[in-house]
Amino acid sequence: MTTMTYEQAMEEFDPVFGIEVHVELNTKTKMFCGCANEFGAEPNTQVCPVCLGLPGAMPVTNQKAVESAIRLGLALGCSIRESSRFARKNYFYPDLSKDYQISQYDEPTCYEGSLDVVLDDGTVVTVAIERAHMEEDAGKNTHVGGSGGIQGADYSLVDYNRGGVPLVEIVTKPVTGMGDRTAEVARAYVATIRDIVRALGISDGRMEQGSVRADVNLSLRPKAVAGESQDDVPFGKRSETKNVNSLRAIERAVHFEAARQASLLLAGQPVVQETRHWHEDTSSTTPGRSKEEAEDYRYFPEPDLLPVQPSREWVEELRGTIPEHPAKMRARLREEWGFSDLEMRDVVAADALVLIADTVAAGATPQAARKWWMGELSRVANDREVALAELPVTPGAIAELQGLVDEGKINDKLARQALEGVLAGEGSPAEVVASRGLEVVSDDSALEKAVDEALAAQPDVLAKIQDGKVQAAGAIVGAVMKATRGQADAGRVREIILQRAGVEG
Amino acid sequence: MTDWTRKTAAQMADALAAGEVTSVELVQAHLDRIAAVDGTVESNSVHAFLHIDAEGALEAARAVDADRAAGVELPRLAGVPIGIKDVLVTKGLPTTAGSRILEGWIPPYDATVTRRVREARMPILGKTNMDEFAMGSSTEHSGYGPTRNPWDLDRIPGGSGGGSAAALAAFEAPLTIGSDTGGSIRQPASVTATVGVKPTYGGVSRFGAIALASSLDQLGPCGRTVLDTALLHEVMGGHDEMDATSLNEPVPAVVEAALEGAQMDLTGVKVGVVRELSGADGGYQAGVTQRFEESLDKLRAMGAEVVEVSCPSFEYALAAYYVILPSEASSNLAKFDSVRFGKRVEKATVEKTMLATRAEGFGDEVKRRIILGTYALSAGYYDAYYGSAQKVRTLVQRDFDAAFEQCDVLVSPTTPTTPFKIGERIDDPLAMYLNDIATIPANLAGIPGMSLPSGLAPEDGLPVGFQILAPAHEDARLYRIGAALEASLTAEWGGPLSAQAPELEVAE
Repeated sequence: MTTMTYEQAMEEFDPVFGIEVHVELNTKTKMFCGCANEFGAEPNTQVCPVCLGLPGAMPVTNQKAVESAIRLGLALGCSIRESSRFARKNYFYPDLSKDYQISQYDEPTCYEGSLDVVLDDGTVVTVAIERAHMEEDAGKNTHVGGSGGIQGADYSLVDYNRGGVPLVEIVTKPVTGMGDRTAEVARAYVATIRDIVRALGISDGRMEQGSVRADVNLSLRPKAVAGESQDDVPFGKRSETKNVNSLRAIERAVHFEAARQASLLLAGQPVVQETRHWHEDTSSTTPGRSKEEAEDYRYFPEPDLLPVQPSREWVEELRGTIPEHPAKMRARLREEWGFSDLEMRDVVAADALVLIADTVAAGATPQAARKWWMGELSRVANDREVALAELPVTPGAIAELQGLVDEGKINDKLARQALEGVLAGEGSPAEVVASRGLEVVSDDSALEKAVDEALAAQPDVLAKIQDGKVQAAGAIVGAVMKATRGQADAGRVREIILQRAGVEG
Repeated sequence: MTDWTRKTAAQMADALAAGEVTSVELVQAHLDRIAAVDGTVESNSVHAFLHIDAEGALEAARAVDADRAAGVELPRLAGVPIGIKDVLVTKGLPTTAGSRILEGWIPPYDATVTRRVREARMPILGKTNMDEFAMGSSTEHSGYGPTRNPWDLDRIPGGSGGGSAAALAAFEAPLTIGSDTGGSIRQPASVTATVGVKPTYGGVSRFGAIALASSLDQLGPCGRTVLDTALLHEVMGGHDEMDATSLNEPVPAVVEAALEGAQMDLTGVKVGVVRELSGADGGYQAGVTQRFEESLDKLRAMGAEVVEVSCPSFEYALAAYYVILPSEASSNLAKFDSVRFGKRVEKATVEKTMLATRAEGFGDEVKRRIILGTYALSAGYYDAYYGSAQKVRTLVQRDFDAAFEQCDVLVSPTTPTTPFKIGERIDDPLAMYLNDIATIPANLAGIPGMSLPSGLAPEDGLPVGFQILAPAHEDARLYRIGAALEASLTAEWGGPLSAQAPELEVAE
């Protein structure tokens, strides 16, 4: 069997994809009980009779989660059902405490939406959303011994802290006609969802922590022959690749699956409709359980909960809280700030957009804000292996720091030292400047004295300057800066040197 | 010497308040009575209790007595002992729901109703026997052996709450708590000559009640008199934010209604006899029909107008019920998988462990219903079974709505027959299911219902129950009509029917 590349597969076939994104909501408490919804606590410390599924316990819907789900639905252009029900999805698994998951089935709260996705070259693709429904997360299994999977493990441990964490699952309709841009669209779609949930403030949107997770469905169908519409060609059998948890992996999973399926089809072998596991290390997928023998989840309406019936007034009130579409906001800010496409892309890639916007709002120029966040702060974040937003410095402090530079109180070098102090928790930029004594020396008599000493020490340089080689003054500037431990205003020093040398600046 | 166990809960409460008896004395009297007559499965005794908490009950009683002596204001039933059906979780007390799969499990939390009973300062004598997970009409399906009817130890005490009803009839407790999914409070009350009420769905919190069928289950009070039952109803009822289906409204004034009913004036009250539940089409024991007719005469004599109403959809109620109940139960019982609590039959893999635990831990009736429910919810069958059953449910609700436009309450015999013999129907599930023909419609519609004694069938001398049904939220009507009928019948009998129960053999 010939192994094909993604590009070859796209030449031979017409791809169809769909994505299910699970968004973990950042509500204070879980979906159906009062336990804390926090990542990283000691196992089984955020549990109660409800999320442990103890006999007799009953769920109560978290209204804040409903609000988040409706806001997300509105941001995705969905209709909000006047009355929607929870349903039980029944299956046995140790991490599912009740052995059923409370989800939504035939009556999702949000349905029929659409989302504009902007690709890197500015192309806008509209992805149709089928539904966005609420459900609870399961606990987490850890298999000990063997290969780390459930098969062959010596024993397994279950942490129910995640059990009952609120999720919204967003399901697209089949996306067709993307051809060789399929992988790019898939990636951009998930990135847009991530940006939206962050902008809404309803989720951390951290794919690496699993707070945004994606399942990628892909199928291939033959290209339409002449005189035939592609829409009339039936879909092929699809695979569903589970838990693809980074943007890069989305793209790679589409590449791998398209190539794998094309190779099978061209060899005359069938594609099996199945779920597949994604392997980050090898960028490949392997079969999970086959859909043919898939479980029957025996959905039925959850009798322990009342229907979700948001009033029209409330929905309209929530509609008023929906932030601008991230892509539109980006385009608007790029225009306002005068950044190049490349600069803007770097800013977005570094997750610095909001930080820069907030810094600008606090009074800095866009250029200065970008310089700090993309320069010194990115370097520090990189060293510390944390996200920019996790650095212990606020956009307001950065704007204040830049203000001190603009006022001439400190120069760039001193500003970096002041920032170091701010990051070390020594206080605001002004406080650090004061406590570390970082203000520039602008007292001319002190500077003149330092210049005179430097010129005296390097008479040859003075001669060069007087010969018209003005750039030689740099050496004296350097010496003065060294002597004043960087606290001199370099521009003023240069002026004094030229004055002393009798040369016009 | 006063035999306190023969008193009503209201009398006990009054005597406590008057300082004529202490709670410790009351609790001890009931513990002694339990020790004397409850026995064990092996002794073929009543066996109403699965677990007795003598120390806990006495400790609660001592605290009440001390507070009363200190002049602390106490709730009405403070110091009156109670038995709790083993379906309710009780912190620190074993809770099994009658199943071996929960043998030895000690809940880490209290059900809302358990908490309210504790807050009412009622000493908890213990946990009463029941059909496993409340599936049954005879308590023969308990994983811990049957309860026997104090009126005839060879006969069933009804089910699933046979333990709670038998404990009352045997004077082992003045009050007990039951749960009613299709008649599990009312049918045992009927066959033991006691009183049992299924409140309006949502009127009593289900939080902490081990679920059978969530859309049908309702906890309720059981007593020997209508007033006692009302007093307990007010302790149990009321909104609970831990139960999303709990009604957000005050507990109906059922005690007041019971007191009003005892005045025996039903002028202006319209009572509807449901043709489909009256035995008019046959199939009801002659003595049951006779006592029912006599009770109707009593109601007329007190000024009520009796009319006949028809609820044609009730014909399908039993079938719909036996689709909805197993469907919900199959899901509710999935959690008994050995992973977090209860029995575990250890095997090589978690899947095999779950299978072996459930195979060994569940009894036949539970397995039968899990299989039925799993089938009914399966893809391809859902519409035909669960979907159709829900439509019948809507029709039953409409029938009730139409009937209640014509009358204030509906009445029927609670069960078609007096209690049958233990073992008689154990191999005939359909015959067993027919016990609940008259009680099931109320659960499908979520309306309140009561059963109270209407006499003994002449042919076998065994208790016959009278059922009253009211519209949702109108629980008080049950108590008013029930108390009136009780007063009228008691006057004729010259005392409560429960006093006529045969003396039980007392253990040495």
